[in-house]
Amino acid sequence: MIRVENLHKSFKKLEVLKGIDCQIKANEVVVIIGPSGSGKSTFLRCINMLEQPTAGNIYIEGVSLSDPLTNINHIRAELGMVFQRFNLFPHKTALENIAMAPIKVRKMSKADAKIIAYDLLEKVGLSDKADVYPDQLSGGQQQRVAIARALAMNPKVMLFDEPTSSLDPEMVGEVLAVIKDLAKEGMTMMVVTHEMGFAREVGDRVIFMDEGLIVEEGTPEEIFQTAKNPRLQTFLSKIL
Amino acid sequence: MDVVLRTYPILLWGALSTLQISLISIALGCVLGLAVGLARLSGYRIIRTAASIYIDFFRGTPLLVQIFLIYFGLPHLLRQSQLYLIESYNMPQFFTQFALPVFLAAVVSCSLNSGAYIAEIFRAGVQSIERGQMEAARSLGMTTRQAMRYVILPQAFKVVIPPLGNEFIALLKDTSLLSVIGFEELTRKGQLTVGWSYAAFPIWITVAFLYLVMTFGLSRLVDYTERRLKTGD
Ligand SMILES: Nc1ncnc2c1ncn2[C@@H]1O[C@H](COP(=O)(O)OP(=O)(O)O)[C@@H](O)[C@H]1O
Ligand SMILES: [Mg+2]
Repeated sequence: MIRVENLHKSFKKLEVLKGIDCQIKANEVVVIIGPSGSGKSTFLRCINMLEQPTAGNIYIEGVSLSDPLTNINHIRAELGMVFQRFNLFPHKTALENIAMAPIKVRKMSKADAKIIAYDLLEKVGLSDKADVYPDQLSGGQQQRVAIARALAMNPKVMLFDEPTSSLDPEMVGEVLAVIKDLAKEGMTMMVVTHEMGFAREVGDRVIFMDEGLIVEEGTPEEIFQTAKNPRLQTFLSKIL
Repeated sequence: MDVVLRTYPILLWGALSTLQISLISIALGCVLGLAVGLARLSGYRIIRTAASIYIDFFRGTPLLVQIFLIYFGLPHLLRQSQLYLIESYNMPQFFTQFALPVFLAAVVSCSLNSGAYIAEIFRAGVQSIERGQMEAARSLGMTTRQAMRYVILPQAFKVVIPPLGNEFIALLKDTSLLSVIGFEELTRKGQLTVGWSYAAFPIWITVAFLYLVMTFGLSRLVDYTERRLKTGD
């Protein structure tokens, strides 16, 4: 579904990604862990072209992102992205946040988009918040709306960049529960997170990144129990 | 006293003229300012540079000089250019009349001037919106244009209302400079009526009062709009 080949990304002189190779199969949940600054966000942002790779190639369902003929907006419409800081549109209600992209990008009728938006709000457990503006929602609720907003485009892949890192601890669970439900439905996902319990439970595969490279990857058991890589060990001992 | 009373209708007409030229220039200045402000943020360097040159020129030179340049300078440039074309290339004569109508010169100079200030206000407004907003919109598949139109600008409009209000008030007062090219707005009417009535103090205090009424009304209007938009969500 996604193939990444020799991905490099530099910001001016700073080389952040130093040659990433990986593949994500359909219905797979890949959890990305690693110390802060190791390039996890940059990696996800390259996949939906919020950052322009310096070298290497990314293929989404066989379509190369670096091909100038590729319509990047069409690709992005197929990739849902959820940010650490939610990034809901503050001037729109929860329902409008979700319905906007289907209306503007998919050219769906307002009525149809609203039906979809209501269904998604129900799915994330917020059907009573349809007409509420983001600043009246808790962090956990905002993030659930943000997930619904991404899902409204009916994406083939969901990218999560530390979706629970800016939440109060008591709200982490409700957001992870929504992501777990998606995993059960077979959604293909890449999730950057520091929630190791979640990684173990939901991840089909765990990727450990450090200093711009994939240092280890394997099943949760392999990563959390048998892997011997010293950098992974140091990281896990700090975080667990 | 009688003589002073007779100036009032004239001054009121002047005030209306001031209001008219101000509102037209503000409207045109906003359209121009929005376009130039966005041009300043363009991905293309030439467009950014062109926008910067325009802004720097009109913010960096006095409005009075801009008025002279447009009212006296442009017709002169046109006349000289035509003369040159006729002499060098035997071009037929296109223009016989060079003078710019004073109203047109007034609108052009005030709009160009306020457009430069408004462009900077819009640019700052757009830049004040968190980068994550653009990224979220783009990640949903919106084009840059759509993201600007549906996500960034609606938020930026709220941010720019107070500075925009200040600019409107400044422009309204600055239209008094148009008196120097004989545009009969409030200040010019004041000069003219003082000329035949010799009632300098009553007239100038009335003129000042009329400006105050207009700027005060304008600032109330801006406050009201700001409040409406705030409670809007
Ligand atoms: N837009 C940018 N400009 C310059 N440096 C950046 C930019 N984005 C990220 N970086 C740098 O790239 C490195 C990796 O960042 P990031 O991908 O956010 O890491 P992680 O998500 O693993 O914490 C950091 O050193 C960060 O400072
Ligand atoms: Mg990060």
